[in-house]
Amino acid sequence: MAQLSPLERWVLTLLGTIGFFAIWQGVAASGLVSHNALPTPAEVLATAWQLSFEPFAGHTLLQHLAASLGRFAMGFGLAALVGVPLGLAMGRWRLLDDIVSPIFEMLRFVAPLAWVPFAALWFGTGIGGPVMVIFAGALPPCLINAYRGAKLVEPRIVEAAQVLGASGPRIMAEVLLPGSLPSIVAGLRVSAGLAWQSLIGAELIVASAGIGYVMVQAQSNLAPSIVMAGMLAVGVIGLALDVALRRTETLVKARWGQA
Amino acid sequence: MKDIRFEGIGKAFPTRGGGQFVALDDVTLTVAEREFVAVVGPSGSGKTTLMRMAAGLDHPTSGQVAVGGKRVTAPGPDRAVVFQQFALFPWKTVRENIAFGLRCQGAPRAKQDEVVARYLRLMNMEGTEDRYPHQLSGGMQQRVAIARSYAIEPDVLLMDEPFGALDAQTRTVMQEELVRLTRREPRTTLFITHAVEEAVYLSDRVVVLARDPGRLREIVDIRPTRIAEGWDEMAIDAVMDLPSFTHLRTHVWRLLRDQIRPDD
Ligand SMILES: Nc1ncnc2c1ncn2[C@@H]1O[C@H](COP(=O)(O)OP(=O)(O)OP(=O)(O)O)[C@@H](O)[C@H]1O
Ligand SMILES: [Mg+2]
Repeated sequence: MAQLSPLERWVLTLLGTIGFFAIWQGVAASGLVSHNALPTPAEVLATAWQLSFEPFAGHTLLQHLAASLGRFAMGFGLAALVGVPLGLAMGRWRLLDDIVSPIFEMLRFVAPLAWVPFAALWFGTGIGGPVMVIFAGALPPCLINAYRGAKLVEPRIVEAAQVLGASGPRIMAEVLLPGSLPSIVAGLRVSAGLAWQSLIGAELIVASAGIGYVMVQAQSNLAPSIVMAGMLAVGVIGLALDVALRRTETLVKARWGQA
Repeated sequence: MKDIRFEGIGKAFPTRGGGQFVALDDVTLTVAEREFVAVVGPSGSGKTTLMRMAAGLDHPTSGQVAVGGKRVTAPGPDRAVVFQQFALFPWKTVRENIAFGLRCQGAPRAKQDEVVARYLRLMNMEGTEDRYPHQLSGGMQQRVAIARSYAIEPDVLLMDEPFGALDAQTRTVMQEELVRLTRREPRTTLFITHAVEEAVYLSDRVVVLARDPGRLREIVDIRPTRIAEGWDEMAIDAVMDLPSFTHLRTHVWRLLRDQIRPDD
């Protein structure tokens, strides 16, 4: 197949997006599906615009998004703060690996959503519970990538640090961390995506604000255009996050890859 | 300063079949304080294994290694290692690489700067302090690795074929620099090499190992000749032309030759 130029690829992307909305519009306007179940794209956009000024479920759309982003940042940040050092240490110290790995291997198959009941019981529905759910979703890629990265650091370099008198924490911070940075950044990107995806599950148990909370409230109010406006917002922000992190990853790889 | 004592060292590695492979058998050897001992031997005679045990990176299966009278159990900053593959920190500059050991000891910034400057000067590497290892030639990287080890002022230096990866010219320059550095700051040194001339030129004594199993074959004393003829004051090619040098070199060569196999 012939190589496409960047311009051609942009055009294709644009065509795909327009096509998607055109089909959606077509189906919604055709009357084949009840209007109560499927609003048109224009209505969803109008709803999103309206929600930006008029409070729904107590707050405007931006306020809900801010609440969601705050939870996301806490859950994701906590996962990175715990997962990266733990993964690095497990990659370096066999004993720790043997202790933690079996538990971790089991727990990581519990989907983020499956943590919801446990999180609500143990950490409540205020800040703790939702953050715990996001944390559970975001932790595995942080930990696994740091672990793999640490395993791949040249053993001679770790030994060099050891014979120069470096302590365990210093070896982690100055040898294992920079040595596995490309792998860690890749892990953080995947982790951020999962954290954002876990968010809606996490917000099933909050009762104050958040984009997931908006969607649940809209569902019980039978307001499909609000539900879909919420989905749209989640999608757009997720995409923006991913693009930003992809950029960062490319930068880190370019800077670190040659070393 | 400290000495290194290998006392009846044996090292066996478990093999896949459940048996054992004897890498070193009953090696007893003392490197005196400030002495420079070169170790030569065919590939697989256990040179690296011997050095790693003195460093505390490997442990003997029988016998023991003591440095300064204290049994070695783990790596420590009294013993610096120069690895054959440089093992510089790729994400640290030349300055940061050299200063790393001092930072581990909690040395003040001023002291670090002073030591870094001193070794850059000694190694003829002024002006490269802000470069990263991948921006240096192989010879320069090796000099940084040596400076990094010297900077912590270790009692004992362990070097595993440090010049193995260098081209002939750079190697000669490095050998002369090492002699210069050793004369100025003598340290207890265990220097592993494949190259017989290098071993004779640099050392006080040359230890020849045999293999299958790795064991001590003979120790050749170089020091009396080196002192008597003032090798340290001479250029490397002048030393290598001396009849006494040629004689010693041939002697070590013969010890090695009858055990070298075609696959080496
Ligand atoms: N971790 C290990 N496991 C099993 N066998 C090993 C291990 N390390 C070394 N050996 C074996 O021990 C023997 C001695 O190895 P060593 O690396 O000390 O040799 P060397 O004299 O340094 O060789 P060279 O000149 O090629 O570097 C070799 O036969 C090697 O295969
Ligand atoms: Mg070796």
